[in-house]
Amino acid sequence: MRFVDEYRDAEQAHVLSARIAALCEPGRHYKFMEVCGGHTHTIYKHGLEDYLPESVQLVHGPGCPVCVIPMGRVDDAVAIARADPDVILTSFGDMMRVPGGTGSFLDAKAAGADIRMVYSPLDALKIAKRNPDRRVVFMAIGFETTAPSTAMTVLRAAAEGIGNFSVFCNHVTIIPGIKAILDSPDLRLDGFLGPGHVSTVIGCRPYEFIAAEYGKPLVCAGFEPLDVLQSVHMLLEQLDEGRSEVENQYARVVPWDGNPRALEAIGKVMELRPYFEWRGLGFISHSALRMRDDYARYDAERIFDLPGVRVADPKACQCGEVLKGVLEPWECKVFGTACTPETPIGTCMVSSEGACAAYYNFGRFTRERVKEAARA
Amino acid sequence: MCLGIPGEIVELPRDGSDVAKVEVVGVRRAVNVGLLDEERLHLGDWVLVHVGFAMSKIDEAEAAATLELLRGLGEAYDDELDALSRSDLDLDLDKN
Ligand code: SF4
Repeated sequence: MRFVDEYRDAEQAHVLSARIAALCEPGRHYKFMEVCGGHTHTIYKHGLEDYLPESVQLVHGPGCPVCVIPMGRVDDAVAIARADPDVILTSFGDMMRVPGGTGSFLDAKAAGADIRMVYSPLDALKIAKRNPDRRVVFMAIGFETTAPSTAMTVLRAAAEGIGNFSVFCNHVTIIPGIKAILDSPDLRLDGFLGPGHVSTVIGCRPYEFIAAEYGKPLVCAGFEPLDVLQSVHMLLEQLDEGRSEVENQYARVVPWDGNPRALEAIGKVMELRPYFEWRGLGFISHSALRMRDDYARYDAERIFDLPGVRVADPKACQCGEVLKGVLEPWECKVFGTACTPETPIGTCMVSSEGACAAYYNFGRFTRERVKEAARA
Repeated sequence: MCLGIPGEIVELPRDGSDVAKVEVVGVRRAVNVGLLDEERLHLGDWVLVHVGFAMSKIDEAEAAATLELLRGLGEAYDDELDALSRSDLDLDLDKN
């Protein structure tokens, strides 16, 4: 347990905090984006801003898969579930409350659709095996952390010749999301805290263009409070020394070259889509995965008729700005009042890794104070 | 879904199967280890499990730190564990 204690040590946090402060140039403002929702969670839960000087600001990125699912895709999934009574739609629990234009999965379920929560795509495959006379669809979401699992499950279905299983593929890839942020005119960033677990699959190499072409350092970061602080320190060190490189703070979990088997599984089953809509960020080219022709019989998009309608986000919703790190969650007009984890208007309030939910649950704005602020 | 739950390998996959048994907070679960190099898996190793698949090997200290972090998540962690315990990957698919 020595290691754990070390990582949780408040004293070490203070030492790092002092070192961070010492590295900051007077009069300069630093803005780093934590790409991954897991980091957002750690930062709010442990109040890490308190350990950073005011000149260092952490902003949230688009790295929560639930948060970037556009409403139209939720509606498409509901349409699949309602296509006929034979259909069983399955997805991760995180998806159940995500609002679509015509309601959430929970709403559709209450209206009679057979929608089931699963822990793993393998569970969905199993439901298919147990119900040969039904059609079982797995709504797949997630970045490269979960895409290999979907791919492996499809390979398994194919190997066993299971014909009543298909995947509604909504996997997104992290690099184009980061690139879209870098190309967006309303944000000036000094560097990135790279996502820890996506990187176990893709490794650190794919980030190199960010350092080389955009001149922004990126440090792959772990999820412990000290990991985050240490990564901020590593970013500042690079800036101080005039470097912009990709560094791996989370080397104890993230191999530099990623997981070749996982990448191979994805490549076998899926290919890049020409473009995909990200909630709040719009259409981003080559930013998501679809099933390859070889696996067409497992592709729900080819089996079912989908409305495929683009649904505009509710007017009050400012998730796009939050996902780009332009707005802090509490700056959204409906934060904590009309939009809460119980009654989410936007996706960032649904997943526990969404910036709004993380801030709502751990932020200094208690429910009461938010209401007060709204009344004032 | 994205954070991953650490589990300790308590049973290695049998020949030709990708399924190992891991222990997660005292409960034995089946986990697919097809994305790891099986030759290098040993009893007592720790792996990070995402949605039923072991994605990476980690050391024991990392596992303990991650579990601690997950506990701190409260409800989100409970939901994930709950989903994991309702998942029935431990029934061998082939024998169904
Ligand atoms: S408070 Fe709700 S609507 Fe506003 S940005 Fe957050 S999730 Fe979106």
